[in-house]
Amino acid sequence: MNWEIVIGLETHAQLSTASKMFSGASTAFGAPPNTQASAVDIALPGVLPVANKGAVERAIRFGLAVGGEKLINRRSVFARKNYFYPDLPKGYQISQYELPIVKGGEIRILTKSGEKAIRLTRAHLEEDAGKSLHEAFQDMSGIDLNRAGVPLLEIVSEPDMRSAEEAVAYARALHFLVVEEIEICDGNMQEGSFRCDANVSVRRPGGPLGTRAEIKNLNSFRFLERAIEFDAKRQIEILEGGGKIMQETRLYDPDRDETRSLRTKEEAHDYRYFPDPDLPPLVVKGEWIRQVKDTMPESLRERHKKIVFYGVAAQKADLHIASRNSSTFALSTFAGAPKEEVPTLSNWILGPLSAKLNEENLDIRDSKVSPDQLRELSKRVADGTISATAATSVVLPALWEKEGPVDEIIERRGLKQISDAGAIEKIVDRVLASNAKRVEDYRAGKEKAFNSLVGQVMKETKGKANPAQVNEILKRKLAG
Amino acid sequence: MLNASLKELAAALAQKKISSVELTRLFLGRVAKLNGSLNAFITVDAEKSLSQARAADERIAQGATQPLTGIPVAHKDIFVTRGWLTTCGSKILSNFVGPYDAHVIERFNDAGAVILGKTNMDEFAMGSSTETSFYGPVKNPWNPAYVPGGSSGGSAAAVAARMAPAATGTDTGGSIRQPAALSGVSGLKPTYGLVSRYGMIAFASSLDQGGPLAKSAEDLALLLNAMAGFDARDSTSVERVAEDYRRELDKPLAGLRIGVPKEHFGEGLAGDVGRAVEAALEEFEKLGAKRVPIGLPNSGLSVPAYYVIAPAEASSNLSRFDGVRYGHRAKEYRDLADMYRRTRAEGFGAEVRRRILIGTYVLSHGYYDAYYLKAQKIRRLIANDFVEAFKRCDVVVGPTSPTVAFKIGAKAADPVQMYLNDIYTIPANLAGLPGLSVPCGFGRDSLPVGLHIVGNYFSEAKMLNVAHQYQKATDWHKREPAGIQP
Repeated sequence: MNWEIVIGLETHAQLSTASKMFSGASTAFGAPPNTQASAVDIALPGVLPVANKGAVERAIRFGLAVGGEKLINRRSVFARKNYFYPDLPKGYQISQYELPIVKGGEIRILTKSGEKAIRLTRAHLEEDAGKSLHEAFQDMSGIDLNRAGVPLLEIVSEPDMRSAEEAVAYARALHFLVVEEIEICDGNMQEGSFRCDANVSVRRPGGPLGTRAEIKNLNSFRFLERAIEFDAKRQIEILEGGGKIMQETRLYDPDRDETRSLRTKEEAHDYRYFPDPDLPPLVVKGEWIRQVKDTMPESLRERHKKIVFYGVAAQKADLHIASRNSSTFALSTFAGAPKEEVPTLSNWILGPLSAKLNEENLDIRDSKVSPDQLRELSKRVADGTISATAATSVVLPALWEKEGPVDEIIERRGLKQISDAGAIEKIVDRVLASNAKRVEDYRAGKEKAFNSLVGQVMKETKGKANPAQVNEILKRKLAG
Repeated sequence: MLNASLKELAAALAQKKISSVELTRLFLGRVAKLNGSLNAFITVDAEKSLSQARAADERIAQGATQPLTGIPVAHKDIFVTRGWLTTCGSKILSNFVGPYDAHVIERFNDAGAVILGKTNMDEFAMGSSTETSFYGPVKNPWNPAYVPGGSSGGSAAAVAARMAPAATGTDTGGSIRQPAALSGVSGLKPTYGLVSRYGMIAFASSLDQGGPLAKSAEDLALLLNAMAGFDARDSTSVERVAEDYRRELDKPLAGLRIGVPKEHFGEGLAGDVGRAVEAALEEFEKLGAKRVPIGLPNSGLSVPAYYVIAPAEASSNLSRFDGVRYGHRAKEYRDLADMYRRTRAEGFGAEVRRRILIGTYVLSHGYYDAYYLKAQKIRRLIANDFVEAFKRCDVVVGPTSPTVAFKIGAKAADPVQMYLNDIYTIPANLAGLPGLSVPCGFGRDSLPVGLHIVGNYFSEAKMLNVAHQYQKATDWHKREPAGIQP
């Protein structure tokens, strides 16, 4: 008998605001412990929270992106989730409970079995907790409250995924949406800016939902996949052995590639949620939504259209919109370039430039060759000053090393093509004379011999001869 | 000087009849003389006060004065004050020195007022007698065997005993008005949102409101001018144009419609208090006001609703006192849970623990709807009662408290009796309305009686007008406790 795996994800996306959800402290990652914790973050007596407008606007962006204005609650309510833990300074987390800022929506995913829509239950604003450091001290725990109060958008999906592959596809699509499309999260998974909890259960196809296990804090797509696969297998084994699944919270241990129980339902907290009396209901008027809509980043679909319009093939354009930064780079390269040069420019970006960026592990935003330089370079190929080979094999690397402007590099490196027909003819004559065998081969119908002759001519000219011209002269001479 | 109004003090300072240093020394001397017996102050720091007074004197010399410049004001120990011990009357904060100034403290500092000291209070403002303080009970200046009311009992006693010209307090269910009544002074709880709660240690956030205690309504108006105003750090602070709360003080009361709620004159109201309030109502009629009988039909539900909502919020607000970052921490513990348990069991007194337990219970899974949600619905009904009432009257007047002050210890063992002290004051907190109490006579054992005036939202100027006109016609507010006169 077969089993069906049922998965729903709760994803915490850290919102890319400069300050925290309810205080003015910085959200920058990696500062020395407790240097970015204000009076509000450490919950001194008497301090009060003030909601961060930028965080709310990012949540609105998300609502607009996953289904539009109708998903955004005009009135949502901050609630307190009460529990004691040393890295939770107030003894409660401010979250949203009964009335979240975004309700519903969907994320479309693509897997081997085709396209599928994963429904969203809700997305709500909340603050992160601090960090407990258990390793650094003997017989003590350290508390770092730099992360306390960092704004999060918790995105809850319906249990619509049926395999680890689908769950990963969903997580990747969501990651792409929040990081690249609507730019509300930096998406850095190692730093915890994007982390998933997976609710996993198994059932007989068509049967009622099984009891679920919640696997916490999965901070890589691979861990997400492994954790789901492990736990589904574990559950199936229990059920097939006649056992019952306990509702519990589990942790994934990447070192041992297994999930372990953290606490059972009986041990679960009663969070005593109630509306936070320090914060009035969050009212989002239509006008505010329209303002947010007007400042939304241009959609990457829109940018794809533009790139195609400039003259790039649709499939290649897909590669240019792999990230917002690469689309920005492509668009600023293509803008102002003659249409016939765009395919070459596109190839350069996707080929040699990407290779360089990968080699040095740089984002395209930090490319050492600018869109302007690329266009100048392609102009020099188009007007016959240099060969395309010289452009990519010599000038581009030189630009990367900041050797100077395009024309200066061409000059200094002596890359100007020989377009003087007489000069080329003399060299061709010399090559033909010293390569009698190849000439014979060619005349006997061996096409390859021609290429070898071209190569010889190019070698003699140190690559500076205009290849089209060389071809034409060679053909004429061989024919004659 | 001890009996002078704030206006008179300001004039004396401006005319250099007295310096702020001299004035501050005068009141510090009063505190030194009387605090041993009354226990109204938790912290006095003469050096800090005098250095502020010297700065005020410089300001006065430069002519850059505001109405409160150079005047000493005592602050309830619930307001976080930079460099001052700020205990909230609790052992758990007995070592907590304020690292910043509450909005209210900032306002007084900006006005050039002098911090005279931090006044005693019920622990975390939970109480109606100032007996729950870790620092011991405050005595009523009119008779030290009696409570001064609470929770702002230290502030009320300080003003009554002329240890301070004025003081601040906070009012969650009557904690300014009830001690004002029981100690024979004037006290105002403004409309919710008028005075920023930033730096005011939270008891029940949706009900807490800071306000002044003083010898007269006129003084209250002056103090409110300094305290009120928008503060972006408190999301419940109301953004509105600044007003001068003295502007209507001198308006005659002819034609004023005084709503008299029958529910506040029924069972439970002591005869002596009822008689004093009745006399006050007659006085108002003499001043040209009209009596309008009104009903506040849901007012009987206010105490039970309050004792669900306030403890619920408190149980969460007080979670931050966990011994991890500041305040008291148990010396010995086995593990984290044990640290929390011992720290909080040692750090909180019985009444605070009781309310945390009640609050935790009413918010628990399965009980939330029956208690918290229900109480919120009642709250709405009570607010609606007032909406209806204010269609027919300008202010609602009645007794502040059902009895005059009771003996220390008399109700300490019976929380419900203690809670009923606030039966007339709680509805204004639940509705978010402003309320004030002014002295209106004396009852049993020559103890003061308070008259309660509730106004519509943001009608403080009108209420102060009503109270001021009453005080112009009477002299109850000028009486001072015998035996502690200078």
